[in-house]
Amino acid sequence: MSKVYLMQGNQAVAEGAIAAGVKFFGGYPITPSTEVAESLAKMLPTVGGKFIQMEDEIAGIGVIIGASLTGMKVMTATSGPGFSLKQELIGYACIAEIPMVIVNVQRVGPSTGQPTAPAQGDVMQARWGTHGDHPIIALTPGSVPECFDLTIKAYEFSEKYRTPVILLLDEIIGHMREKIELPDNYDEIAKPQRKLPQVPPEEYKAYQADADLVPAMAPFGSGYRWHVTGLVHDEYGFPNGSPAATQKCLDRLHEKINNNLDDIVLYENYCMDDAETVVIAYGGTARSAYAAVDAARAKGIKAGLFRPITMWPFPAKQIAEIAGKAKHIIVAEMNYGQYVIEVERAVAGKAPVTLHAKYNSEAITPDELLARIESLK
Amino acid sequence: MEQIIDKYFRPGRLPHIWCPGCGNGIITGAIVKAVDKLALEKNDVAVVSGIGCSSRASGYLDFNTVHSAHGRALPVATGVKLGQPRLKVIVVTGDGDATAIGGNHFIHAARRNIDLTVVLFNNNIYGMTGGQYSPLTPANSKATTAPYGTVDRPFDVTELAKGAGATFVARSTTFHTQLLVDVIAQGIQHEGFSLIEAITACPISFGRQNKMGGAPDMMKWQKDRGVMLAAYEKMTDEQKEGKFPIGVLYKTEAPEYSAEYDKVIARVQKGAK
Repeated sequence: MSKVYLMQGNQAVAEGAIAAGVKFFGGYPITPSTEVAESLAKMLPTVGGKFIQMEDEIAGIGVIIGASLTGMKVMTATSGPGFSLKQELIGYACIAEIPMVIVNVQRVGPSTGQPTAPAQGDVMQARWGTHGDHPIIALTPGSVPECFDLTIKAYEFSEKYRTPVILLLDEIIGHMREKIELPDNYDEIAKPQRKLPQVPPEEYKAYQADADLVPAMAPFGSGYRWHVTGLVHDEYGFPNGSPAATQKCLDRLHEKINNNLDDIVLYENYCMDDAETVVIAYGGTARSAYAAVDAARAKGIKAGLFRPITMWPFPAKQIAEIAGKAKHIIVAEMNYGQYVIEVERAVAGKAPVTLHAKYNSEAITPDELLARIESLK
Repeated sequence: MEQIIDKYFRPGRLPHIWCPGCGNGIITGAIVKAVDKLALEKNDVAVVSGIGCSSRASGYLDFNTVHSAHGRALPVATGVKLGQPRLKVIVVTGDGDATAIGGNHFIHAARRNIDLTVVLFNNNIYGMTGGQYSPLTPANSKATTAPYGTVDRPFDVTELAKGAGATFVARSTTFHTQLLVDVIAQGIQHEGFSLIEAITACPISFGRQNKMGGAPDMMKWQKDRGVMLAAYEKMTDEQKEGKFPIGVLYKTEAPEYSAEYDKVIARVQKGAK
């Protein structure tokens, strides 16, 4: 049985978290992400889970690192400035391979920017905000129902690949109210599972990977004692700064993601079969892009939309294929030009790439995009 | 002692990285002696540390251990405690780690009165980065970043903890080792936020800059200045000059955070049914 609701994207994220089996939220209030925290503060105790409002953004991710180590599925939610503060510990979670989902509902920046206005300015921060080299998975929902589904998907990836996953919303999607159909009972939704050790405690090596390059993770308190560190480490988790150990540690972090792009890279093709003018847009901007493509088609222009759902890792293969067929590629984004740089790299000169950027704290409208499509045909 | 090393230290992880004369090994030894005294199961203990000399202790100990980020041991430990309340969670931190970069977490963990036992290794200096002043460096001391003496006034971290809401506050030194074991054991048993300030000598980065002599001289400094609280309270202000109280300095009972949250869950779930 399911029931229909009118719900915000932020609330749908919270519902998705509960459906995925999340039992712990730690965070710090920041607009426009607060409804995620407020919803989970109310819901978590009803499912035996815990919510804690920490003293700052850094503590908000620190506390979920600790809870994840005990085997819980965990979440924190924030927005641009708070996301910046969390970056050191996002890197920690990458190298220590601690599953978690970090929701970033983007707002205008830099700095305090415009708290209640939409932007997509954290695309590169999601990829490269923390220091050093590491892979990351970042997913971007384009509707309220997708906020629910992608939150569950984020936990699938996080638990399967033992990595932090970023759920990158923008203020449009976070605050938009839309129809959503939710199951009455989340028991029927499969709960993503973390790989547990199959060896006795005395044989357990916390960072010895299986063939899938992902090590099993024993919850603290389950009888397996192991060491967690942000230092480069060996298979036991003990610090080892040798060049060989450093390269081995970092290679595996990258390869466990890079070897599974077909599983991780999600996208939507809309009117793409014969598209000559291709719009690449994501999140709230994609909503205007659907309408612009429809309007262009009504005028006889062969327009289409490629919507990356997985922002990172970058869908390079898919975009290279588009570049081989398209006459024009328009990247529409609510920033000064971030994703476009990656698109240009993947297109590699095979088609002209045009940036449709808007960063004045207003959304890109269908009319603006249609005008851009018409100007290029 | 050898038996305790075999029982609680990870095989193959020694020798430790600490400098000759450093007191950190004594404090780490006191932690395992306290665990041994309480006959806790190793699987039921988690040690969470931050970054710095002190915080390397977690890697040597055969418990569930986390060497977290600089200043962030307390949030991580809070998550471990809330995730698995059965665990006895011991936080190993230094003066810079706990009171500078981690100062906000320190006061708020104390305010919540969550059941963590914080053993704060106070060597009055940033040791790992080579002798810069910390919030617990005494005023007018020399440091590599205070070549003319510090202007900053230091915290009394026991008063800070008490003021913030800690319900068990104690102090000992690496000279007063029996007392150190005893107050750490009491802190672990106490249900609430416990702070144990463990005063330790850093002859290399603090002692040398401040002409305090070698490790034995710095131990003697601790012996001469640390006075049991009962005796300290009977001293005149003049006699107290240059001394500090040791032992259990403050103890009270208050609701413990993780237990209180469990009550919320029970209440909400009862209401939902």
